[in-house]
Amino acid sequence: MSVSSDYRKGEDGIVLGPVSQQLAEQAEDWGGGRETQELLTLNLGPHHPATHGVLRLVVTLQGEVVREVKPIIGYVHTGIEKTAEDKAYWKVIPVVERMDYLSYYFNSMAYCGAVETLLEVEVPKRAQYLRVIHLELNRIASHLLWLGTGVLDLGAITPFFYCLRERDMILDLFEQSSGQRMHTRYFQVGGVIEDVPAGWEAKLREFLKAMPAGADQYGKLVSANEIVLQRLRGTCAVDAQTLLDLGVTGPLLRAAGVPWDLRKASPYCSYDDFDFKIPVGTVGDNYDRFAVRLAEIYESVKIIEQALDGLPEGPHITTDRKVALPPRHELATSMEALIHHFKLVTEGFRVPPGEAYFPIESARGELGCFVRSDGSSKPARVHMRDPSFVNLQALSAMCEGSYLADLIAAVAMLDPILGGIDR
Amino acid sequence: MPDATGLELIAQQLEGAADVGAGAVLDTIYFRNQATLAVDPKRIVAVLEHLRSSGYRFLASVHGSDYYPEEPRLGVHYELLDMQRVDRIGVRVRLHTDAPELDSVTPHWPTADHPEREVYDMFGVIFRGHPNLTRILMPEDYEGHPQRRDFPIGGEPVLFTYNDYRHLGSPE
Repeated sequence: MSVSSDYRKGEDGIVLGPVSQQLAEQAEDWGGGRETQELLTLNLGPHHPATHGVLRLVVTLQGEVVREVKPIIGYVHTGIEKTAEDKAYWKVIPVVERMDYLSYYFNSMAYCGAVETLLEVEVPKRAQYLRVIHLELNRIASHLLWLGTGVLDLGAITPFFYCLRERDMILDLFEQSSGQRMHTRYFQVGGVIEDVPAGWEAKLREFLKAMPAGADQYGKLVSANEIVLQRLRGTCAVDAQTLLDLGVTGPLLRAAGVPWDLRKASPYCSYDDFDFKIPVGTVGDNYDRFAVRLAEIYESVKIIEQALDGLPEGPHITTDRKVALPPRHELATSMEALIHHFKLVTEGFRVPPGEAYFPIESARGELGCFVRSDGSSKPARVHMRDPSFVNLQALSAMCEGSYLADLIAAVAMLDPILGGIDR
Repeated sequence: MPDATGLELIAQQLEGAADVGAGAVLDTIYFRNQATLAVDPKRIVAVLEHLRSSGYRFLASVHGSDYYPEEPRLGVHYELLDMQRVDRIGVRVRLHTDAPELDSVTPHWPTADHPEREVYDMFGVIFRGHPNLTRILMPEDYEGHPQRRDFPIGGEPVLFTYNDYRHLGSPE
């Protein structure tokens, strides 16, 4: 429900205005007798179903109005970046995948991209297309889970079950192509670990047929719901310039009307081969954030269809034996292949010293991976610029001066993944 | 990305600019089509402000790194982005571990708030003028800066219930 709606205006005693001014006045008003003038500090989380993980928010309330929000993070900090420094380059892939646990393909793509930049490895076209298909499937899966849990926070239980229906189809596809449903380790430096199996394409086409119908259903189910509209429309709007200053990217920025998408702006991984649109919002409120992500599902389906139709023949991983494992059959006949295999499995490949920053458009915004190599077979530094970590800074800009109930909606539409924030 | 020549031009411009001054750019690094300026830590705010006025308005990322055993050991990287020309440039400063102090850019770039706190937390770089320089990922009472290269992996015991002395049934 928006702050300016008539029902809210009817509440007596709550003065809406700029935050700092209010807080300054508050010092004088302290103990002034009017209950609504008192500040209440409320601790939300870290264990709270509506905080998507272990996000803790210390909220200062004046009546029902949020005056200050301080996110406190670090509860699932697992030191993945430190762990990565102790592993060979190819063994880092599974650990970085576990950072943002809903967008594992993006994490490994950013990392592999950075290492490939350092190595100057050419990724075969087929591998690039297979990567695009999996990235976009992952984007849909991530958005579906966001949609389900997001509206769950607003009180709608049904979409959560429905969204998992299509998400499960995606996880089945992942399982078929890589053997794992999550954290698949499918992307390797130089390509993908193996080609997609027979029958995978047919199953994917089945999914591509089902997904738009499913998305239609969710659109109708959610965006025609009066309660959802009341809670999303006009709430927590932030203008584009503030978002840019705060470093916000991804669907949140696009909701405010900025058509910034790295897939279009600086195409990586053959994204320039595909025809798709960037959905943008108009005012940047919670509803726009919802609508942009829902529209992105359709665009992702379009990209996957094109990639599948145009899937080129060829190797699925680079033929550079210094980087990628030789095929199994070569090991029985070629001494050289055996040596390469042994070197890669025991020591891993060495990367020329230098630094690279590789940004991609993840489901949540710019996911950049910074890799510094010191010339050895282990990275000297792996740092993820995680979009959730940066986007979380915008939470106070979104919520200060609006109602506590809107804060829950804003967190839901912000889509923070704490595994990515804390790493 | 500016090419190698473009990077030199930007470096020259910075050296000639009144608000930055000569000697600010220590080195230019052009590696794998990525341009990086190594700058004097004292002038980081001026350099970033100048780059902003020339179009790099978006601070995409701030990350720290430890160049151990090289000196100066600590590095802070700023990744700037020009959304109009779709152009990126990196700015890097190096700091000694005995006095790792640097001016904070958070007052000018609000997005640097969390990343700078992370660099402080993980590497111990003190950002002067940061509005709230506290640990962000590690606990408040944690000692040491775990991403430094000389910080050992597994250097502290993991506190499980069975080795927590407060746990009922333990010998203490």
